[in-house]
Order: sequence, then C-alpha cells, then structure tokens
Amino acid sequence: MSDKVQIKISKELFDKVKEKITGTSISTVEEYIELLLENEFPEETEYTKEEEELIRERLRRLGYIE
Amino acid sequence: MPRPHGGKLVNRLTKASKIEKVKTEALEIPKVSVSHELRLDFENIAFGLYSPLKGPLTETEFDSVVSKGRLSNDIPWSIPILLDVTEDEASKFNVGDSIAIESNGELFAVVEVDDKYGWDKEFYSTNIYKTIDSEHPGVAKTNGMKPVLVGGSMEIFNEHPGKFPKYRLKPEETRFLFKEKGWRTVAGFQTRNAPHMGHEYVQKTALSFVDGLFINPLIGKKKAGDFTDIVIIESYQALIDSYFLKNAATLVTLEMEMRYAGPKEAIHHAIVRKNYGNSHFIVGRDHAGVGSYYGPFEAQEIFEDYPDLGIAPIFFRNFFHCNKCGGPQNDKVCPHGDEDRENFKGRIMRKLLAEGKNPDPTQMRPEVTETILRHEKPFVE
Repeated sequence: MSDKVQIKISKELFDKVKEKITGTSISTVEEYIELLLENEFPEETEYTKEEEELIRERLRRLGYIE
Repeated sequence: MPRPHGGKLVNRLTKASKIEKVKTEALEIPKVSVSHELRLDFENIAFGLYSPLKGPLTETEFDSVVSKGRLSNDIPWSIPILLDVTEDEASKFNVGDSIAIESNGELFAVVEVDDKYGWDKEFYSTNIYKTIDSEHPGVAKTNGMKPVLVGGSMEIFNEHPGKFPKYRLKPEETRFLFKEKGWRTVAGFQTRNAPHMGHEYVQKTALSFVDGLFINPLIGKKKAGDFTDIVIIESYQALIDSYFLKNAATLVTLEMEMRYAGPKEAIHHAIVRKNYGNSHFIVGRDHAGVGSYYGPFEAQEIFEDYPDLGIAPIFFRNFFHCNKCGGPQNDKVCPHGDEDRENFKGRIMRKLLAEGKNPDPTQMRPEVTETILRHEKPFVE
C-alpha cells in the first residue's frame, strides 16, 4: 500500500503554485505543498537524555532558562 | 519550528574522545593559515549554522552558488564559503589529502581536500555583489583573496570560545531553548546597532504575531564609528529587561563577518536563522547593503526567487516617529505626511551620544542611552 494519499485543490491555485515553483528546487506542486505542511507540523529535533541534560544545564548556567 | 536547511543539522565538531588524536595528526600534515573571519565561518559550519554545508565549496558547488544562488542539488544557498590558498600552499597537497587549518598560529581544523581550483573574481563579484567596483568592501576583499580555492569537508577539533561565550549558542541549543520556552514560531532580528525606538517598534510588531523574538546581533569586524560589540549587547539587554515581557525575547550573538552583499546576504542571513530554529526573519530596508550598490528594497524582493527557503520573511519598509500618531509608525499604517514624521536617524543619535548627550526619548529609550553612555568609548575607533 502506498504511503501517499490524494487530495484535491482548485485548478487556479494549482496553476499559481506551478508558476511560483518554476526554476526552483521544487519540481512538483505536491512537493511544494508537502514542504509547507512539513513546516506547519515539523519533526522535533531528537536529543538523547544525556544531550538534553547537558544543553539544559548550559542554558541554565547562562541564564536562558531557570 | 522549521527543519534545518537541507533537512539535517550538520555537526562537524570532532568528538571529545578523538580530539587528541586529530590534533596530533594535524601537526604532521600541510598547513594553511586563515583569517579570524574565516575561522568563524568554519565554526559556523561545524555548529550547523551553515547546514547543509560540511566544508568550503568545491568547484561544482562554487559554480552553482555563484551563478544560480543554489547548491548543485538546488537547495537555496547565496553566499559561497571559500577556502583560498596561494599557489605555493596548493602545491603542497593533493586531492584526497588532509590539510590542517590554523588561525593566529593556532591549529583548529582539518579539511579533507575534494577539490583544488582557480576562480574568476570578476565573475564572482558580479554575481555576489552585483558590482566589480573595488570601493565595495566585499569586492575589495575578494580582490585581495588568494588565487586557488580548496573544496572539501572539514571538522573542528579546537573550538574558539567566542568573543562573548555567555551569549554564543549553537543551533542545537537554540532549538532546545525554543522548545523549553514553548515557542513554536520565532522571529529572528539581525542587528549591528544599539536599539533605537524604530528597532523596538519593528521587533514588537513582529512579536505580536509570533511566540518569541530572537535578537541576534552580529559580532565581528566593524568599521570606525560603529557601536562596539559590548555596547550593542548591553544596550539590548537593557531594552529587554525594561520593555519586553519576561518570556518574549532572547539575546544570542552570531559571530560572522558582514559581506555587504545586500540581497544575496539577506538570503544567507535568513538561512542561518532558519538553522537556529527561527520560523520568521525580519528584513528591513537596505538589509546588508552598503553605499548605493543596491536598491532600498532589493534585499526584500530577492525572497520572491526563493519560495522554497523554508523561513518566512517579514518585510518592513519605512518606519518613523509620527508626532500626530504620537509614537513609532510605518508607512503602511500612518496616514500623516512628512511634516509630522521624524525619521529615526542613527547617524544623528550616534553623534549626540559621542558628545555625551542624550537623544530624544522618542528616538531612543533612556535606559538604552544610559547603558551606552556608561561606556567611555562606545564606538569603534
């Protein structure tokens, strides 16, 4: 089973996006929409417990967090 | 929070367990000396601020960035990071070798050489600075660079503490900080100045629709008459302490040289802020400009060419104090004419401060003025 699903958008909007991405690194309208949505629902940067403690301690020492 | 540019935060710092080994090996291989400014660029690569770069550009990447403003895989990149060497230095190593990099007599990095190539400085300046006029500081610097470029990947085994270690955070730290603060959207503000009322107005306008403000002064080489770095930091701290909500703004320094490349540099500045974890980046009039080489809004217009940048620019045009409105305004919201508007004149404020006088409080906060005047020499000489 594919991990992609289909959605529909208006032809007018589709054409506008197509024009906007011409000459950029984005080759398809789907890619552009995925990029927008990924920024809306980004993957969290993952830290190990140890990294997290080191960073938290440094930020606390420097006064950025309490 | 946006993903790092290119998808992954680069980390090119040598692991603690390997530092001694790499340091010892670095003593045995050909050495190249670089300026402190280039050392800062290398550190910014190592910290991930220049993600996805892993080292100075190879010829393929150089050609792509200079001619298209993009890496060869089409990811936006506008300012080439270059390692320039003399012909004599270049003759001492081959592609595939490793070279040690030193600055001010201190070894700090190793580059695995993927490429050695000559370059056309006119082609470079025309595309990056839009001029070959040697009066332009970026062109002048380019003209003085060495004839051979070295591309490859690098790692830093000797990290410089930075000029203000207390304010220097890596992107993995700022991203963690934003998460801790619960900031989902963050507007980055770049500065080279002590804040006046116009700056505060712009920052607070942006802050009214994002979760947090990331004040990010550029620390590095400055010209005579500019505020010193410590004055910029302390005056911003005074502003934040007195005029921002407790959890609304944070101050982090960025150690990086100004190129004065106007529009191309605005894109570079936005990419760096994206890597810090900023969702938005404030771009004002004549951002990163110098003299009259660029139109006042060229640094905003170039964002049209980068819909795939992954950080949203916030544009400000003209802002001023309006006597009728009774406060700072901008030309999109204030209906009054020039007779009621007083521009924020940094040059005049600096002149008054140099004479030990206070600028009008409609132009600069008294707390900021006091902080600046506490310094005997607040300007670069």
